[in-house]
Amino acid sequence: MGLKEAVLTRSINVFHVSSGSCNNCDIEILDALTPRFDLERFGVTLVGSIKHADVMLCTGSANRQTVPIIKNLYEQMPKPGFVIVYGACGCSRGLFKDSYNTLAPLDEIIPVDAYIPGCPPKPEATIAALVKLIGKIKTKKAEKI
Amino acid sequence: MSNNRSTIPIGPYHPLQEEPEFWKLIVEGEKVVDVDVRIGYNHRGIEKISESKSFDQSLFLVERICGICSSSHPIACAQAIEDITGTEVPERALYIRTISQELERLHSHMLWVGLAGHFLGYNTVFMWGWKYREPICDIMETVTGNRQNYAMHKVGGVRRDIEKEHIPYILTRLDEFLKHLDMLKGAVLDDPVLHARLKGVGVLTKEAALDYSALGPTARASDVNIDVRRDHPYGVYDRLKWNVITQKEGDVFAKAVVRILEMYESASIIRQCLDKMPDGPIDSKPKDISQGEGIGVIEAPRGECFHYIKCDGTNSPVRHKIRAPTYMNFPTFRETVIGETVSDATIIMAAIDPCYCCTERMTVVDHKDKELLKAQDLIRLSQEKTRKIKEELGAR
Repeated sequence: MGLKEAVLTRSINVFHVSSGSCNNCDIEILDALTPRFDLERFGVTLVGSIKHADVMLCTGSANRQTVPIIKNLYEQMPKPGFVIVYGACGCSRGLFKDSYNTLAPLDEIIPVDAYIPGCPPKPEATIAALVKLIGKIKTKKAEKI
Repeated sequence: MSNNRSTIPIGPYHPLQEEPEFWKLIVEGEKVVDVDVRIGYNHRGIEKISESKSFDQSLFLVERICGICSSSHPIACAQAIEDITGTEVPERALYIRTISQELERLHSHMLWVGLAGHFLGYNTVFMWGWKYREPICDIMETVTGNRQNYAMHKVGGVRRDIEKEHIPYILTRLDEFLKHLDMLKGAVLDDPVLHARLKGVGVLTKEAALDYSALGPTARASDVNIDVRRDHPYGVYDRLKWNVITQKEGDVFAKAVVRILEMYESASIIRQCLDKMPDGPIDSKPKDISQGEGIGVIEAPRGECFHYIKCDGTNSPVRHKIRAPTYMNFPTFRETVIGETVSDATIIMAAIDPCYCCTERMTVVDHKDKELLKAQDLIRLSQEKTRKIKEELGAR
């Protein structure tokens, strides 16, 4: 684990990308940050720009208009950075896999490090995912990123 | 376009309902002079997918139109299908539908109060709002098994019953919610800073509200007395005692007042329902569908939500048309924002209760000064204005 990765395990700055979701995942992400679950006590904060982000948290089934934006955002993210897909739509396109406007699941568009399934995932699942991601970084699996 | 005009793109996409928008604010200095819109970023083709799903499946689909209205859309869709088949819904199911509708309104309005607080620089209100809507999420989890996307409704009734043991728990959590709501109401509506900040901002006159066919709290804040629950009763609303809240001013403050007072009405409706709910079946189990067309109209937290279904007698609809309330409310943004300052644009946009994501992705591009402002900067502008008013009023 290099110095950069070590720093990443302390306080994670999350950039939230919604690629055409139904709002539910986005609400649950904010829920995880507000007092009931309070991820912020672990130093997890939402940031307003991808250039400040360690983690890109994607929701929704990417469609024709948002795929180029997501690729663009991933390229702008400072490396090493991690991508988490949040919710069933992002993981597999879920209910919308037959739609004419959703092209591919998110992991075929950008490299994905962690999946949080659920429709929507509970805030507890979000916390568990971040713990697992930190574990992944620590066990050097993240070296190839 | 003259030289001193610059363009502020807002968007491009935000996951509101099925209609995300890209807004282009054209500003002169600080003043907004025009606004333009481009839509289609969040298009998932729900109406088309619905044509390939059976009627039972389509309820799960419409539930995912909007995460906040995941009770309103299925009820409207079920009503449209019941309209075709002529199915009678059992009494108890109607009560359960009404309860889940009002629970949804409670958490949706509370969520709005929190976000509006955030945009104004009252982060405490944001945290309070989100903390105090948790009892409602807990009730939903107890009754339906999920915090959001309840999968509660089906054609001809509801999927799950409200158990007798759960009723005391629901009432306790509702009391807890109301206690906090009283506190929040005092903190928001009696605050002189918020009065100075929000009154007279983004006024939607009654005439304009009628012209734009505004719906729900947006219209009711402009003294347009419409409410589907009273005008075209569904569920059991016609058997309960409750009031339609209206305000005369039409500004952002009036919209906040309408939403906060509506929460009290919702809580009272839930209590009455739990009190009066009869025993009996919760599902009439319809088997056949006939040829024909049907509509379902309900009052979602943001206004009237409309579903139209045409059926040729097979298991899936020939046409499924959905109109969500924000589709009608969004154009009023043009009416209200012109002539206001950029620092007020955030809260005026938020006042019609769109999604927070749109404002999170705001970017200001000033061609002349090559200045680049982001969502955070716009929220900061808005928060600074509140601080200035606070100082003028001599508040802390």
